[in-house]
Amino acid sequence: MNRSGVIQFILFFLYVLVQVLVLRNLVLFNSAFCFLYIAFILLLPIELNSLILMFIGFVVGFTIDIFYDSMGLHALATVLVAYLRNYWIATITPQGGYDSSSSTSLMVNGLQWFLVYTLPMVFIHHLVLFFVEASGFTLFWYTMLKVVGSLLFTMSVIIILQYLSPQRRRS
Amino acid sequence: MERLLNFIYEYRAFFTFLFLELLCAWLIIENNQYQSTKYFNSSNRLAANILGFSQGTREYFSLRTINENLAYENARLRTELEKRNQLIGDSIRTHIDSARINQFEYVSAKVVANSTNLYKNFITINKGSADGIAPGMAAVSDAGAVGKVKSVSEHYAVLISLLNVDEQVSSVIKRTNQLGSVRWDGLNMRYSNLLFIPRHAQPVIGDSVVTSGFNAVFPEGILVGIIREVNLKEETPFWDIKVELSQDFGRLAFVEVVKSRLKSEKDSLEHITMGDTK
Repeated sequence: MNRSGVIQFILFFLYVLVQVLVLRNLVLFNSAFCFLYIAFILLLPIELNSLILMFIGFVVGFTIDIFYDSMGLHALATVLVAYLRNYWIATITPQGGYDSSSSTSLMVNGLQWFLVYTLPMVFIHHLVLFFVEASGFTLFWYTMLKVVGSLLFTMSVIIILQYLSPQRRRS
Repeated sequence: MERLLNFIYEYRAFFTFLFLELLCAWLIIENNQYQSTKYFNSSNRLAANILGFSQGTREYFSLRTINENLAYENARLRTELEKRNQLIGDSIRTHIDSARINQFEYVSAKVVANSTNLYKNFITINKGSADGIAPGMAAVSDAGAVGKVKSVSEHYAVLISLLNVDEQVSSVIKRTNQLGSVRWDGLNMRYSNLLFIPRHAQPVIGDSVVTSGFNAVFPEGILVGIIREVNLKEETPFWDIKVELSQDFGRLAFVEVVKSRLKSEKDSLEHITMGDTK
């Protein structure tokens, strides 16, 4: 395993621990959740094969499921995001393509690109997550409120962490 | 054949995606079915330890309330015990069936993890099969009914909370003995709904709702909540009743798991009488 692999491996545990120990207890207004772990999938290197990406997504989702007692739920949403991710990145390629460093971070690509990239992905993840959990559309508006509230919460935390991350110096 | 393989290879990402999603869907459906002994949930020792650490930190902030509640319950139990002693002293009961008196045994357990904001909430506790806990047993607290054991590992168990849209508890309105069923609607963690109370019944705001004891999971007469809102719509055959749960699930710290010794006897008797017609 190369150096970046080791870093990602450590990051995996970090994301899971933060999600389980801190964010699991942090729910705003009983409806806004923060599922930060999805950022781990979104911030993996661009050139990563989508097969590997999906398996990583499954492992991450499944690990979260163990702690939330929601067998398969987070895994389902995360695998979906992992599958769609590379197609979405290919669709929104900026003129002149990506840098050779090929990171998806905010500092490399700018805030606008980062928002266009992460916002739909996180939205799809939350949409699938909450509607599958509600197992149907009977509580449509309440579930929608949860989705939008959580979207704002998760996005804010992801963006704040991007500004705080040490990659800043590179640009 | 070769073209088929080529086709699958070409779209391997999609097929892997399909396979993983089907696997997840299967896991979700499998997990929805009741009561099982599974390894991959928070009764798993490592997961429970990590969650316990987090809960332990949270608990420091509510130690005072927990202590007060425990002291209050101690006092209440002492009174109850004294009353019972008086009764036995007066030997009102001539014949005592010890199996019936010892029908329920309580095992105290500490809450390791608890959620209240999801549609399907679960509670993890720190007692498991080593203490004789098995799937299907009821859990109560000093305030009232809490839930039902879903799965156990050696030292931990996962309860289905009353705040779970899949969970129904057979209950009665204490004053009128009208049978109904309490089920949460997924919205507010303080309120649940009492279903299947027919039009002719007369529920009143302030009535207490207790467990019926018909399915022998919960002992009879455990408080579930107090009726706070009653509505009768034109076309429906049943009342719309909102019940304020007596247990505030946001503050749950200790539960008692109820071991029902006569449950298997009752079940097997019913099984013989009614057969497999379900």
